[in-house]
Amino acid sequence: MKNVMSNKFVIALYTLPALLLILVLIYIPIVLSGYYGLMDWDGIGQMTFIGLENYVTLIKDNYFWSSTWHSFLLAIFSTLSLLLYLAISLVLASKIKGSDLLRKIYLIPMLLSSVAIAQLWMKIFDPTNGMANTLLAFFGVENTPIWLADPAIALYAIFIPVIWQYAGFYILIYYAALKNVPDEVIEAAKIDGASPLQIALKIKLPLISGVFKVTIMLAVVGSLKYFDLIYVMTGGGPNGASEVMASYMYKEAFKLNNFGYGSAIGFGLLVICLVMTWLTMKLTKSKDDVQ
Amino acid sequence: MKKKKAFSAVMTMALAGSLVLAGCSGSDSSSSEGSESSSDKTVVKMMHLWPEGSSNAQYTIVDDIIKSYEEANPDVDIQTEILGNEQYKEKIKVLSASNELPDVGISWAAGYMKPFVEGNMFAPLDDVAQPDRFVAGTLDAFSVDGKPYALPLELNITPVYYNKEIFEKHNLEAPTTYDEFVNVVDTLVENDVTPITLGNKDRWTGSMWYMYMADRIGGPEALNNAINRTGSFEDPALVQAAEELKSLVDKGAFVKGFNGLSNDEAKGYFMNEQAAMYLMATWELPNYTTSPDVAQEFKDKVGYFKFPTVEGGKGDIDSYVGGPGVGLFVAEQSKVKDEAKAFVSYLVDEWGKRSVVDAGVIPATVVDTSSADLDQMYIDILNDLGNATNLTLYADVQMSAGVADVHLNQIQALFGGQSTPEEFAKTQEEALAAEK
Repeated sequence: MKNVMSNKFVIALYTLPALLLILVLIYIPIVLSGYYGLMDWDGIGQMTFIGLENYVTLIKDNYFWSSTWHSFLLAIFSTLSLLLYLAISLVLASKIKGSDLLRKIYLIPMLLSSVAIAQLWMKIFDPTNGMANTLLAFFGVENTPIWLADPAIALYAIFIPVIWQYAGFYILIYYAALKNVPDEVIEAAKIDGASPLQIALKIKLPLISGVFKVTIMLAVVGSLKYFDLIYVMTGGGPNGASEVMASYMYKEAFKLNNFGYGSAIGFGLLVICLVMTWLTMKLTKSKDDVQ
Repeated sequence: MKKKKAFSAVMTMALAGSLVLAGCSGSDSSSSEGSESSSDKTVVKMMHLWPEGSSNAQYTIVDDIIKSYEEANPDVDIQTEILGNEQYKEKIKVLSASNELPDVGISWAAGYMKPFVEGNMFAPLDDVAQPDRFVAGTLDAFSVDGKPYALPLELNITPVYYNKEIFEKHNLEAPTTYDEFVNVVDTLVENDVTPITLGNKDRWTGSMWYMYMADRIGGPEALNNAINRTGSFEDPALVQAAEELKSLVDKGAFVKGFNGLSNDEAKGYFMNEQAAMYLMATWELPNYTTSPDVAQEFKDKVGYFKFPTVEGGKGDIDSYVGGPGVGLFVAEQSKVKDEAKAFVSYLVDEWGKRSVVDAGVIPATVVDTSSADLDQMYIDILNDLGNATNLTLYADVQMSAGVADVHLNQIQALFGGQSTPEEFAKTQEEALAAEK
């Protein structure tokens, strides 16, 4: 065994498949999209090298920054919603009746495809026949909102299904982490007279803080590159009110035939994601973290 | 132990390999016969966008035409690959980027087609076009510098469909002037009926309303000149058209939340008789005539009228917004160009003979209405088409992709009240001016 692992050739052989995959599917495309960002290219004809022009346009592009802002709003909302997921998991993990069933129910949205979820919520948000407005009308609201058609609330209306969609995923992670907290510790606390709330806040939470940090990272990065529901539900409209970075990139590249500029947006998105990941790591790092 | 490791290494490789292969296998599947083509046959690859499930009528026509062509030309094997509309658009782009276009494929007109022609992807078809067989103007939409690069299949004009029952109930008649039209809208609003359904999330839907308004007020030249830069988008007629639309919106003429509804959702309001009028191109005709999925009772209630004229405006009632839908191209780098061209020409002819009767699609080729047993609505529309004084191609198709996006966004902003008519005109003028 030791022989095998010290043989450099074998190590190289073992890592080769994974390395090849990750190179071909991830790193080379990243470099290429940075390179395409230097080109004026409609995706069909000849590429012409235009230097940093696309990136300069990008920095001056108000539409890009407004879509970046929308992405950040989504990141903030989904990070805040982690607290809600955590609260739910704490309840679920405390051996209440039916927690097994509830856990499965929360998981359902995760099993649906994004497009199905989008279609479902588009029906709910339909201004005249939708469930949301029928319900509001039932409670006597007169000027029911037009949801996805109103630039002021379209983006927030989409946040609702997004948060609902990912609930199952995060609840599952927290639930698993909470189940890993050793029973002995909790029993000891109980004997010492700790209340359930104290156990949750002072014992369980610190013990799963590592998992919590990972989920913050996942939520932030996932939100920044979020695409599917926005694309299906509003296509970034009305008039750009719900455009996010990824949908803008898609639109420039595939709808407007600006593959060069689209690539530049993609590269900008990558940089922003990297910076945010680094920042989140920095902010959530605590003294007792040992590398 | 060592053996086991080696084994797992092999397995890992195999797994990685199969992943890579799985990634490739999607691209070269599905041929028309599913058979291995024999080597002595000339294979012509074709891509189209009428899947058997969602566009059965068109699928069957194309399939039959291919079969009869293969019978007449036993040395040719036509292999098809079929994708839905949006996937088709994307796949074509990816294929052209890697220079692997199919021999024959579907393209849209004017602005969409231009980059392909400029990128030298499509073969000129002047040798097989035979312009006489097409309705005037349709081939032009697929021509660049006087040469056709695709042969048009479909032609559409946009009437306003209306629900006769709702109109009768409120003692209304199909309007011919804009004043009558406004009266219809006012009456319906007073009676709590949604006058017009509009899926303006898709934006081109609202653009058609604007185009008609601009045509009726300023004549077809106003908008055309603004786009081809011999005029300006800040032309008073174009601003006035925007103002009229805005006043329609303020009256509550359009369905609630139109900016968030897709065309399909908006169509639902008309089909469910929750809205009285719907402006859409003639590709909707099958739903009101031949489609077996729609109840006859509803079909009988649907009528259509031409977009009304505005008093003092320059446009006349026989001027239409419309244009050819899709056309067939032959790839420039195709190795079987001659066979592909012959097939395209054949397909266009056969399509013209069968599309109205079998699919309810109006072809771009001249139709003889006397021989076929057609629904009255088709005969009326085809006659209107024969009397058309002008056909204005959809604005977003005329414009290049970038400007079209500005136009479409401004349409949403105008309807939604985020742009005033002046801002609406100014923004588009700037975008058009910046392009040249």
